[in-house]
Amino acid sequence: MVKVLLWGSLRAHTDGQAEIEVQARTFKEVLDRLAEAHPGLRPQIERGVSMAIDGRVYREAWFTPIRPDSEVVVMPYMQGG
Amino acid sequence: MAFDSHEKRQFKQVGTRPPRPDGVDKVTGRAQYGADVTAPGMLTARILRSPHAHARIVSIDTSEAEAMAGVKGVVTGRDFALPEDAGLADIAVNVMARDKALYDGHAVAAVAAVSPAIAKAALKAIKVQYEVLPHVTDVDAAMQPGAPVVLEGRALESVPAGMSVNVTHASEFGHGDLAAGFAKADRIVERSFKTAATHQGYIEPHACLASVTVDGKADLWCCTQGQFMVRTVCAALMGMEASQLRVTASEIGGGFGGKTTVFIEPVALVLARKTGRPVKITMTRDEVFRATGPTVSTSIDVKIGMTKDGRITAGEARLRYSGGAFPCGTVDMGAMAAFAAYDLEAVRTQGWNVLTNRPKEAAYRAPGAPQAIYAVESVVDELCQILKLDPLDVRIRNAAKKGTKSSYGPVFDDIGLLATLEAAKAHPHYKAPLKPGQARGVSCGFWFNFGGNTCVSLNVNTDGTVGVTEGNPDIGGSRASISLMAAEELGIPYDKVRTIVADTASLGYNDVTDGSRVTFSVGLATIAAARDAKVKMCARAAKIWGIDDEAVEWKDGAAWPAGPNAGQFPPMSLAEIAAVSFQTGGPIAGHHEVNADGAGVSFGVHLCDLEVDPETGKTTILRYSVFQDAGKAVHPDYVEGQMQGGAVQGIGWALNEEYIYGRDGRLQNPGFLDYRVPVASDLPMIEAVILEIPNPGHPYGVRGVGETPIVPPLAAISNGVSRAVGVRMQELPLSPPRVLKAIKAA
Repeated sequence: MVKVLLWGSLRAHTDGQAEIEVQARTFKEVLDRLAEAHPGLRPQIERGVSMAIDGRVYREAWFTPIRPDSEVVVMPYMQGG
Repeated sequence: MAFDSHEKRQFKQVGTRPPRPDGVDKVTGRAQYGADVTAPGMLTARILRSPHAHARIVSIDTSEAEAMAGVKGVVTGRDFALPEDAGLADIAVNVMARDKALYDGHAVAAVAAVSPAIAKAALKAIKVQYEVLPHVTDVDAAMQPGAPVVLEGRALESVPAGMSVNVTHASEFGHGDLAAGFAKADRIVERSFKTAATHQGYIEPHACLASVTVDGKADLWCCTQGQFMVRTVCAALMGMEASQLRVTASEIGGGFGGKTTVFIEPVALVLARKTGRPVKITMTRDEVFRATGPTVSTSIDVKIGMTKDGRITAGEARLRYSGGAFPCGTVDMGAMAAFAAYDLEAVRTQGWNVLTNRPKEAAYRAPGAPQAIYAVESVVDELCQILKLDPLDVRIRNAAKKGTKSSYGPVFDDIGLLATLEAAKAHPHYKAPLKPGQARGVSCGFWFNFGGNTCVSLNVNTDGTVGVTEGNPDIGGSRASISLMAAEELGIPYDKVRTIVADTASLGYNDVTDGSRVTFSVGLATIAAARDAKVKMCARAAKIWGIDDEAVEWKDGAAWPAGPNAGQFPPMSLAEIAAVSFQTGGPIAGHHEVNADGAGVSFGVHLCDLEVDPETGKTTILRYSVFQDAGKAVHPDYVEGQMQGGAVQGIGWALNEEYIYGRDGRLQNPGFLDYRVPVASDLPMIEAVILEIPNPGHPYGVRGVGETPIVPPLAAISNGVSRAVGVRMQELPLSPPRVLKAIKAA
């Protein structure tokens, strides 16, 4: 199981939980499991999110491996100028 | 790709300052910008724009214009497809209004004619019947109950029930127990701030030329930060397949984020398809201001608690951003960035995006961060004043560092904030005495940086030279930096490498030139492509020598036999291997495709000495220094240029630049005469101090540098002005009338 930290406003769709545990080995599996367990997150996930895995931010990296002890933080999709 | 920590690299090319490869063309007028492209039989198009901030379009009668001699085509919103994707649909509606004009300057029709004069005259013959609607241009007013409704039904699921219909998005970040944090504070300061919308102020207006053949193939030449983005968006709006639309990016006279979307390109394409002739559109400066993408305008509340000895115990911010008449998520970036420079036990930021009758926001260097950090750094500075603490010492005491849980969630890896703060503290600027009436402002800045989709080809020519093909318009000197990294990796002189920017038919997809991504991502892909080519060149040498590929290594620009059983052969240089490439297997090229990650965040610290004329309220910048972690500065001239340029744009933002709307909701200052950007005579030399803390996510340690330097100036200057006049300033810009009013009210 991987602990996934969500940004604050997503808690409205997870019964107030900021940290969710999911069975996942990759970036995509984290998002798939989150959307299955908490369908209210699906619209945001489909619009796009970034994910920090052990401090490194990934934008669309489905197969990035995640260890059970990885620090995983779901973040808004990064944009720049 | 990780940092090459396994080898202690002595750079030979990277870190040098060769002349810029585009310099001669630019100073001799040969460089081809967007407006320089022409085609036989070309028509000129002009766009009719709404004179109202908010109005229902009852009818548009184009018959008289269409009947005019020389007019070849007229289009309105009905001529554009409306994609299902909400983001693309917003772009389509922004490009050409449909039911409603949503801001002053919103396009409502366009004419293509045989001359600019006829096109301009034809605009006057188009009859648009408007039903003028109530408008709102202020972010706080737009959140009030009963505010004019800009668009209905656009709120995302993130917006709590009961908020104004104009609120489209909400977000929240942070950790820890705020109440407990504030309870530990010896002093708490809570302030509200406002920042005006500003424009990127790029010197080159948007321009494009579109050509569509009768069998549906199209070519588009345009001034853009991303030709592949233009292809994606325009193909969707045109109902075309991507392969049938080739987009070529011109040289670009500045973008800063403002050219990361489309405004006129779909109009030119639709007119070209309708008329069967090439169509050119060049925006006027008035159009650039009224109808491209300025920044968000903001209203921000910040509350910070601090102990007597300068430890921040808690921080809270509430950010209200308006990205104009369409939804945008920029407030997320601000809410994440606001407290990023600090190691905090308790922090919370909340953000809301709000619709107003203003043009659709576009990115501008570190979008969303300057405003949020301005507000936070202002309150930190005020606490330093109240508690009589040194502003750099306080920032050093609270600085985020490796292992800090950031205010937006992840734990930081190697970051350079402490190093930049200590460099600023040790610099002669910080110790220099100030004269009476002068003050010094300090601020930290932060930006995320990112990588993204990148594709590079590296071709080894038979004469021993190398061509690198990349897909990102060169805004900040990337062709030089990419050539330097290719030369470094291959071990050949810089002048043997030429880097070009390809069109969309010639290379795989590349994300837009934004997010400070190009030197990082394209550089990373170029190094990987060079390594790919080196493997192939080693294999060619192995064939020639009759040994195993693994028995050959590349060093100092040549293939060498390596290992105990490789045999004795004289090394073969790149040029020698290239010269016989046709005989040894054909052309040699390296490729790399990647969606790059690991860009690494960036911090900067700015110092600003200034004085304020008590009679006029005018602020004069006396001395300005920028300290920033560049990872590895590939071409230090360009890095310094980015740091100086960002500082100057931030100075303009802080002191003068703002979108000024009249009571009628119309923009009052759509020109450089009334929208005052800083010019050279307004400024001292900006001193740029580069720090090099390697980014662990890049083989040479490179970090993006382009966005961070626009973040600190807003607060650095406001803090300086506040100290100079003895009043905490809470609104930007610090234009002379506003400062004078504050002085008189004190």
